Amino acid sequence: MKDLASPTIPRAINWNRLEDDKDLEVWNRLTVNFWLPEKVPLSNDVQSWATLTEKEQQLTIRVFTGLTLLDTIQNTVGAPALMPDAQTPHEEAVLTNIAFMEAVHARSYSSIFSTLCSTREVDAAFRWSEENEHLSAKAALILDKYDAVADPMKRKIASVFLESFLFYSGFYLPMYWSSRAKLTNTADLIRLIIRDEAVHGYYIGYKFQRSLEKLSDERKDELKDFAFGLMFELYEIECKYTAELYDDIGLTEDVKAFLHYNANKALQNLGYEALFPPALCEVNPAILAALSPDSENHDFFSGSGSSYVIGKAVATEDEDWDF
Amino acid sequence: MSALVYFSSRSGNTARFVERLELPAFRIPRDPDGVMPAPTTPFVLVTPTFADGEGRGAVPKQVIRFLNAPERRAGLRGVIAGGNRNFGATYALAGDVISRKCNVPVLYRFELAGTDTDIARVKDGLDKFWRTECLITA
Repeated sequence: MKDLASPTIPRAINWNRLEDDKDLEVWNRLTVNFWLPEKVPLSNDVQSWATLTEKEQQLTIRVFTGLTLLDTIQNTVGAPALMPDAQTPHEEAVLTNIAFMEAVHARSYSSIFSTLCSTREVDAAFRWSEENEHLSAKAALILDKYDAVADPMKRKIASVFLESFLFYSGFYLPMYWSSRAKLTNTADLIRLIIRDEAVHGYYIGYKFQRSLEKLSDERKDELKDFAFGLMFELYEIECKYTAELYDDIGLTEDVKAFLHYNANKALQNLGYEALFPPALCEVNPAILAALSPDSENHDFFSGSGSSYVIGKAVATEDEDWDF
Repeated sequence: MSALVYFSSRSGNTARFVERLELPAFRIPRDPDGVMPAPTTPFVLVTPTFADGEGRGAVPKQVIRFLNAPERRAGLRGVIAGGNRNFGATYALAGDVISRKCNVPVLYRFELAGTDTDIARVKDGLDKFWRTECLITA
């Protein structure tokens, strides 16, 4: 029987009337940063791949299947689940971009696989990811918060934790290889993903903070307790997942410092203070350098010299620099 | 001891960083029609970075407007830049752009709203910096 209720017609989106400037700012950032895996010459890593041991290769493929799962969840469930909660039509549009880029990320890992690995190895790793209890546990925990009947604020918290925390047990490995001059093109591709996830976590966290402003103190307390509780639950799973993956090559503790550091950044995206103390967040400098390889790292307060280094030439918008 | 001038977008990361420094600070307004601070003493600028993947647009527009006035720019002695290492080569790039343009040092770089370690280093660093500054200009 035909449904007689009239459908809700969305308002045609007018980008010249903004309710929140941040929507356009983030839209512009995301669209300018658009990329596809074909842009990265992954085949240049074939020789480097051959220098990894069989164990190291297996670890790398497993890590990437785990990351593929998270990107798939964010593409098909996470970002779409945030759309009905959008406060502005522009926010919805930004979320469609986020959803699509997650599909690009998920697709990128398959590009890496088809360039470097055999079909048999890749199939085995996907089977491993489907059967891994820790991976399933974190996916289940996040999906539970994304549920349609769940709290919209808690959905945003879960989404920021996925974008800004859960990926990093995986992102660590290509940064580690890159710091040892291995799989450097793959690392370039992963850095593009990291850059996107940083904008996603920032934007969803920002929208969370805007909604939070309007709530009662009681509700604010409830959400903060929820956020720290969920972070702790996810952290416990991540520790087990990390140990299972990295114990064999002796990197578990190094990865955990990276987890603490990123957990704190995820909480900052929500406007909260750090959970892990500085002593637990001392990330291996080689990993930090691999994250931002060409950035200027010398500064006056922490540098050794009496002078300072002037930054390398960069693009600016001259019309805005009048003097 | 002199002042800080800072800009923070609605995400509030830089504002939270500056708040924790517990130092006299003037905020550059978000609203383009807002009244710009007019510091009468030398100051250090604290700014986030907004760069895209190519490094364009690193310095927030309101910070550029603030610096465009020679009388305000005259007091600038250094810059502290916020950012996120996840943006790779453009991490805290606003500091480098301002440093190059205004010929002042990048004093420090921090991520998002900074860590406790950052706060301690910056407080200590600024203290020493202003003392040296006084010796030079005295």
